[in-house]
Amino acid sequence: MTQQSIQTMSDRDMQKVNVRQRIVKIIVQVLLYAFLIVMALIIVFPFYFMIISSVKELAEYKLPVQTLWPNKIVLYNYVEAFNTAHLGRLFMNTLYVGVVSTVLSLVITVLTAFAFARLEFKGKNAMFAALLATMMIPGELFTITNYQTVSNFLGLKTLGMQMGSAALKDMGDWKNSFTVLIVPFLVSVFYIYLLRQNFLQIPNELYLAAKVDGTSDIKYLWKVMIPLALPTLISITILKMMGAWNSYMWPLLVANDEAHNLITNGLRNAFTTTAGDVNIPVQMAAVAIVSAPLFLVFIFLRKYIMKGVSRSGIKG
Amino acid sequence: MVDSKKSWKAWLYLSPAIVLLLIFTVWPIFNTIRMAFLENYNFYGGMNGVTFKFGLGNFMQVVTYKNFVTCLTNTLLLCVLTVPISTLLALVIAVCLNAIKPFQRLLQTIFFLPYVTNSIAIGMVFAAMFNMIGTAYGTQNELIVTSGIINNVIEFFGGDRINWINTGSTKLANMIVLVIYIVWNALPFKILVLLGGLQSVNKQYYEAAKVDGTSRLRTFTRITVPLLSPMITYVVITGFIGGFKEYSSIVGVFGDDMGPTGTNKPLNTMVGYIYDSLRNNLPGRASAAALILFAIIFVVTMLNLYISKKNTHY
Amino acid sequence: MKVVLQNLTKIFPSRNKKANEEVIAVNDFTFEIPDGKLIGLLGPSGCGKSTTLYMISGLQKPTGGRIFFGDDDVTELSPENRGIGLVFQNYALYPHMTVKQNILFPLQNLKGADKMDKDVMLERAYQAAKLVQIDELMDRKPSELSGGQQQRVAIARALVKMPKVLLLDEPLSNLDARLRLQTREEIRRIQKETGITTIFVTHDQEEAMSISDMIVVMKLGVLQQIGKPQEVYDDPANLFVAKFLGTPPINVFAGEVKGGKLYLGEDAVLDVPGVDDRKVTVGIRPEGFVPAENGAMVCNLSNVEVMGRDVSVVSTHPASLNPQIRSIVDADNKIADAATVRFALKPHKVFLFDAETEERIRF
Repeated sequence: MTQQSIQTMSDRDMQKVNVRQRIVKIIVQVLLYAFLIVMALIIVFPFYFMIISSVKELAEYKLPVQTLWPNKIVLYNYVEAFNTAHLGRLFMNTLYVGVVSTVLSLVITVLTAFAFARLEFKGKNAMFAALLATMMIPGELFTITNYQTVSNFLGLKTLGMQMGSAALKDMGDWKNSFTVLIVPFLVSVFYIYLLRQNFLQIPNELYLAAKVDGTSDIKYLWKVMIPLALPTLISITILKMMGAWNSYMWPLLVANDEAHNLITNGLRNAFTTTAGDVNIPVQMAAVAIVSAPLFLVFIFLRKYIMKGVSRSGIKG
Repeated sequence: MVDSKKSWKAWLYLSPAIVLLLIFTVWPIFNTIRMAFLENYNFYGGMNGVTFKFGLGNFMQVVTYKNFVTCLTNTLLLCVLTVPISTLLALVIAVCLNAIKPFQRLLQTIFFLPYVTNSIAIGMVFAAMFNMIGTAYGTQNELIVTSGIINNVIEFFGGDRINWINTGSTKLANMIVLVIYIVWNALPFKILVLLGGLQSVNKQYYEAAKVDGTSRLRTFTRITVPLLSPMITYVVITGFIGGFKEYSSIVGVFGDDMGPTGTNKPLNTMVGYIYDSLRNNLPGRASAAALILFAIIFVVTMLNLYISKKNTHY
Repeated sequence: MKVVLQNLTKIFPSRNKKANEEVIAVNDFTFEIPDGKLIGLLGPSGCGKSTTLYMISGLQKPTGGRIFFGDDDVTELSPENRGIGLVFQNYALYPHMTVKQNILFPLQNLKGADKMDKDVMLERAYQAAKLVQIDELMDRKPSELSGGQQQRVAIARALVKMPKVLLLDEPLSNLDARLRLQTREEIRRIQKETGITTIFVTHDQEEAMSISDMIVVMKLGVLQQIGKPQEVYDDPANLFVAKFLGTPPINVFAGEVKGGKLYLGEDAVLDVPGVDDRKVTVGIRPEGFVPAENGAMVCNLSNVEVMGRDVSVVSTHPASLNPQIRSIVDADNKIADAATVRFALKPHKVFLFDAETEERIRF
């Protein structure tokens, strides 16, 4: 065989391999997309089901075979859901608890994270390590004692009962109030940790420069640290608000009265039965209303949520 | 770096957090341990100055109590089923997502959607999807009005409808529904973390593997998984911790009954048990159960860390 | 403003509690910086030069000793009350503020009688910006500036308060070589224009020599020598200073003085009248070698590098403590392509040091 024929043969081989590689690559890509799209459809299906069911008439919902698109779109399920579950008041309660606890929590978190990131004091590292260690303990362990604490704060309720003082009794019993929903959760070790890490990334020289210029700690915090840590603060705000929106057990224990009911408990109380012959379109409308704010927040602030969540593993 | 002459300032900034932590975090740790070891402790007795015997009575009560054993097995079962399934599924989805370019962002966002939900509310949606309307007593006279969207799908493919969550449903069917819901709910976080890990892996490893003619599967098992092992460990540990604390998903699907209507909490979990004890004014028993839960979580976490350390080669 | 350091000492407590070793970062420093001069604090890393600067700024409190600005004892004053400007190594510009906001920031902190009108502040900011030639960039963010521009902003921010003393911490180390040359002249110009006493820290001797009115050489917290750059170069107090200054570095030999003559190995290279017989360490500047046919120092020639104006002769000698001797000679000297080269030495470029203490022996 001549030199030239070897050359052309190997050229042809290369071309063949090239074409085959391309085909394989395309097939792989098609399979990837097919798999991902199928999975994505499965993921979104419950939401789709929720929405179409919420706009169906009960009679249509009860057809032997469910329709994948409503024959007739009705909106009265939403009105009924809103009224049955008193969603308006639940919204306001939850918003109040969410906003107040977020604001207070942010103030405490910022101050604490600043102290841990920038100031020197005795026992700083030991204290921070102890704080982190508490993150390992399941929250239920705290809940038991906290339930006791808020039922009878500092033993004031017992004292009031013994002394026959109603005022003292009330001071000791925080149950069925907004305070009890807000105060016990103001300090989150995780948020302190998150913000401290963020503060530490800000070069120490900025702090020194500010000191040389005579900037007070508080002004430095407000003018430099907070603007620079804004993304983390937004993440914390969203997670905290979602926490209020999704909290269930603690409110159920300590504030399950109508005046202080939060949205999740209210929803659960209004629709105690999930199985059997229940008016599912109304339930789905209620669920859709409750889910809507979360989705809106998600659509607009997706970046911050995903950033905060990837570092937490804690829901809400 | 800077000489701080004013450490009192630091304490001033810390004071709100310290006060709240002392009341709601530090004190509970000690008090819960104390209550766990005081036999038959209850709140009102404590208020009236009644003293309780120190001992292991609460723990004995907890572990010999039949309901607790059910709760423990339910919790373990859910953990053992949901964590591997969701981790594996999340890993596959993350790897696939990492291998595509157009629509990656959009799909990533869609896969994250279940995270931003209220687990009670969406639990109701899952219940509705599996719910049959009618009377299904497993007898000849059953009268089904609608068998639910999931059963419609099964029937479409020629299968028989299954009583998933209604009265008379089997525990196996209940568990399958819960596993599906929990996995669905657990996927977003895991995909997010794993995809983040994949995107931070140096592309050069893959290029080197390509040059060496390494097959896709081998690249996955020998390069991707080992490099991703810290993230996998992380999602497995957080998955187990979440799994051991499973409660609200079940309330979402089954309501406070924690099981099909008319049953006595057959699907209750550890956390559910703790809350039940608390609501029945048995804080001693609740504390003992909480400590047992903490011990289990601690051991499993350590075990996970140990195993992952053994399997991490770099 | 004259700056006086008196017995200044800084001791850091040990980080490792078990070892219980204190670190003496600055040990009993005493010197005076005359008004309106540019001073370079020079030394290898870890010599305590930055600590000294931070103590002058007030960010760190000395363990002992006093600091005076003029006649005022400022040792106990906090940084903002000392009237200083400080430029950090990494500039420490606030990344979320524009150049203008960065420069204005120190002025906005002024309180009470010092408080300024907005217009006055703005005018001052523009003055400072003009001085460092960044007045065109006032609305940009630091991330949109080059390293050299960021450096100028940092200097403007330090100058805007019209400090009595300007402190610069390694001002050039984050810049690339070309910018470094340019910026150091810039610093010199700004200092001359403002007449502010300026102290800067550097580990680069060339940088310190080229722009300083005076350099302070430090090693391990101990002051080695202080003086005008040329004086210190020509008359080093000890072997460390001799070795630290000069490019290419000084050539070091093990030598011996016998009967008033300096011996390097077998070669009696120089008359050193008045020095007792003893072992010495000898430093010879690269420019101290003169090729001569009857030169006393015989070296084995390795290489000749022509650099235009000068010729760099690389050779070896048995008494040399470095692997190679590098000498710079005038290009007029023709170096024969032979195995050896003979040098005569310029006496004022040869320094003798005690072999033990490394202190200078004068002759």
